[in-house]
Amino acid sequence: MWLLLKNGRIIDPSQGMDTAADLLIEDGLISKIGSIDASTLNSSDGVAYDISGLVVTPGLIDVHVHLREPGFEYKETIETGALAAAAGGFTTILGMPNTKPVIDNRAVVEYVMNQGRNSAVNVLTSGAATKDNEGKEMAEIGEMVKAGAVAISDDAFPVQSADLMRRVMEYAKMFDVPVVTHCEDKSMTEGASMNEGLTCTMLGLRPWPRQAEEIMIWRNILLAELSGCRLHIQHVTTAGGVEAIRWGKSRGIKLTAETCPHYFSLTDQALTNYDQNAKVNPPLRTQADVDAIKAALADGTIDIIATDHAPHALQEKEVEFQNAAFGMVGLETALPLVITNLVKTGVLPLVDVIAKLTAAPAQLLGIKAGTLSEGAPADVTIIDIDAKITVRSAEFKSKGRNTPLEGTELTGKAVATIVGGKVVHGADMLR
Amino acid sequence: MQLQRKDILGLQDMTPEEIGLILETAKSSKDILARPVKKVPILRGKSVCTLFYENSTRTRTSFELAAKIMSADTTSISVAGSSINKGESYKDTLLTLEAMGVDLFVIRHGAGGAAHFAANTVKSHVINAGDGMHEHPTQGLLDMLTILENKGGFDGLKVLLVGDIMHSRVARSNLWGLSKMGAEVRFCGPSTLLPSEIDKLSVKVYTDIDEAIDGVDVVNVLRIQLERMNKGFFPSVSEYANLFGINKNRLRGAKSDVLVMHPGPMNRGIEITPDVADGEFAVITDQVTNGVAVRMALLYLLLGGGGNVAAA
Amino acid sequence: MTSVTRVMDENEIRRALTRIAHEIIERNKGAENLVIIGVQSRGVPMAQRLAALISTIEGVEVPVGSLNVAMYRDDYATRPARTVSASQIPFDVTAKAVVLVDEVLFTGRTTRAALDAIMDLGRPAVIQLAVLIDRGHKELPIRADYVGKNLPTALKEKVDVHWTETKGEDAVMIAK
Repeated sequence: MWLLLKNGRIIDPSQGMDTAADLLIEDGLISKIGSIDASTLNSSDGVAYDISGLVVTPGLIDVHVHLREPGFEYKETIETGALAAAAGGFTTILGMPNTKPVIDNRAVVEYVMNQGRNSAVNVLTSGAATKDNEGKEMAEIGEMVKAGAVAISDDAFPVQSADLMRRVMEYAKMFDVPVVTHCEDKSMTEGASMNEGLTCTMLGLRPWPRQAEEIMIWRNILLAELSGCRLHIQHVTTAGGVEAIRWGKSRGIKLTAETCPHYFSLTDQALTNYDQNAKVNPPLRTQADVDAIKAALADGTIDIIATDHAPHALQEKEVEFQNAAFGMVGLETALPLVITNLVKTGVLPLVDVIAKLTAAPAQLLGIKAGTLSEGAPADVTIIDIDAKITVRSAEFKSKGRNTPLEGTELTGKAVATIVGGKVVHGADMLR
Repeated sequence: MQLQRKDILGLQDMTPEEIGLILETAKSSKDILARPVKKVPILRGKSVCTLFYENSTRTRTSFELAAKIMSADTTSISVAGSSINKGESYKDTLLTLEAMGVDLFVIRHGAGGAAHFAANTVKSHVINAGDGMHEHPTQGLLDMLTILENKGGFDGLKVLLVGDIMHSRVARSNLWGLSKMGAEVRFCGPSTLLPSEIDKLSVKVYTDIDEAIDGVDVVNVLRIQLERMNKGFFPSVSEYANLFGINKNRLRGAKSDVLVMHPGPMNRGIEITPDVADGEFAVITDQVTNGVAVRMALLYLLLGGGGNVAAA
Repeated sequence: MTSVTRVMDENEIRRALTRIAHEIIERNKGAENLVIIGVQSRGVPMAQRLAALISTIEGVEVPVGSLNVAMYRDDYATRPARTVSASQIPFDVTAKAVVLVDEVLFTGRTTRAALDAIMDLGRPAVIQLAVLIDRGHKELPIRADYVGKNLPTALKEKVDVHWTETKGEDAVMIAK
């Protein structure tokens, strides 16, 4: 069984490739890139598509997704989260462990991976750093890794004790899994709901200082140096955070960092009408931070773009601003935001952006993905980088409708998504 | 001129003309308060609901009296403890009360933006009676009416607000309103209680009270919440009183006809000494009277006119 | 296109006011117990004129005030809320003969509001109504005690009274 994509622009940063060519998929694997004539293929069990004008990339990988299952299926399930991922062009997603129960032991890891097997895309999971995400005792990291967890994370429940975080890193290092950290000094963010600064002062909301994030980025970098563990900093939002990472990398510390599309697309101005959908953790910052994040993406300080897709039910957002849940959905708007705000504005060449969505996250997780090399699983995304779209949350595959971008016009979209050779999104568009 | 709005959420987005209209209307409303028969029929048949998620006897009573003087029917609802996951959601409370025929909501809430939320949720009118640290427009307006009555205008006046600026919606509403009307606003308080980047607004910011009070026409003393001490914003009540308390001696730095105001309730002996609170410059009880007048004016302007933006 | 007709000039207004002043004095047997209240804003100049005339004729000072009736109107649901200026009534109305003054009597609703407003200020011995123009179309059982001129009008017509104090001349115009 084969599938031939004719006349696309093939971009594969893992091979340094940006070329006009055809891509052949056979039996779920990447078979060949080059000039391929369908009539020369010996089996008739296949189909060829002319995709002139479209870009073909390795399937996108999102290392920061809240799938909400088990426990919060009313917000999202692994099935709907995977469908949203497929619609957004992602073929592999990494779930965060802040579920109910918390993914802090082998049984829950296995449950999530089982649910994931039947879903539209490759679902990977991280394991919690501490038991029940309480930040008190280390979770069974070894058992979870053996069961298939590919990262250890304290996302949403940042470990406050430096000593415990040191032990988590030292222990995780044994299994060569990255520790993926949410950087927040909770003593500085109690009751806070937006970035500290003039807008916050004018809105009369509790301020969330940038230093609450930066202090923990610095701490975790120093602990990574101490432990020798691979550290990944999640959702970097500030100019100061970027500086810390730059310093850490210059020291040779094993360190990667991600930011999310909203942190280079929006500022705290998005909150001036108390839009609960723009309430996110860490909070949206200022234009100076947006500029610093873009510069850090451009110079490689920030390696990865992830979504922090955080679906919530309507009733968790339609409340007083300070009581609204943190987070916004991201899987189905990430690619348009990346193309609109990074590629079309010339911040980064398309090939570099694709690297941050494919090869870099694959390397972080140590998985065989994010490449179009021969013999790799045929996870492929087909992108129209000129398509004009309008964000309509009602059309999301995700259960979450919590986006501050409703009605926004953006450029670029995933036309089709192929996982293991199977078209999981856009089958109709390809015809 | 008419007030072309459905809601009163804050002074930040109000024009000087609107503020002027409200203050003028309040002046004439005050006339009714001085009469033997304190009742006019204008809002007969209108239903006003005070929905308070924070305690405030003063503001609530002021609104209720204003509504009753104008013959509106009033309902008070206190929601003890505004915590989430307890009881009915804020949205459902609003929709339920609206369905019962409430024409105008007066809302006090601990969350900034709660009045905006209500205004977007219900078609009825909404008056913000204080939302978190954001705004307290009727307090701002009554402070302004008190200044206007005593000083005749705002242009060039120096008005100092002293105390916990960071957590004060009163300070913010005063700043917006007074600066729009041409007054010079000064804030003074411990540096821990000044909000981030406040100096980027049209206000002079001080941490030395004697410097701040120099030559001012008005000193508006804010209440210091004693629980701030436990959160590390200032070390002790006595140190606060020494460094920022308004006493007779300190007041000498101000103009000789200075007005002393306080939104209440006062901590006598802490942010203000009793002799100043009861002294010749204090207009604190006038503020209370003006509070009723300002609230009458707003009820009249929102509910009393078919030409206004109707609650659809 | 509206056409404007002048229906009273300066002299006619002066004569009407003088006659009304005499009628008021005659009906009330002097001016000792009299107070004059103009309905804001248009009845105020006429109230001041009448008070001055009566004072001149009788040689006693007649107190004059102005009354704001905005808070007593019954048509607030269909008319814009307007800027209201405070009533100026620097005297007690209780046991007084109150002459309520407005320039035009039309539906009677303003007069109804004014009567209620006065009653909330005290208990007058009597309230009488003086108007410059009675144009008909009353919607309430209210009639004027003193009328400058009865002027039959169509509903759509607009009666406009000009006073020297506010518009530079004394005149009554009717616009069709």
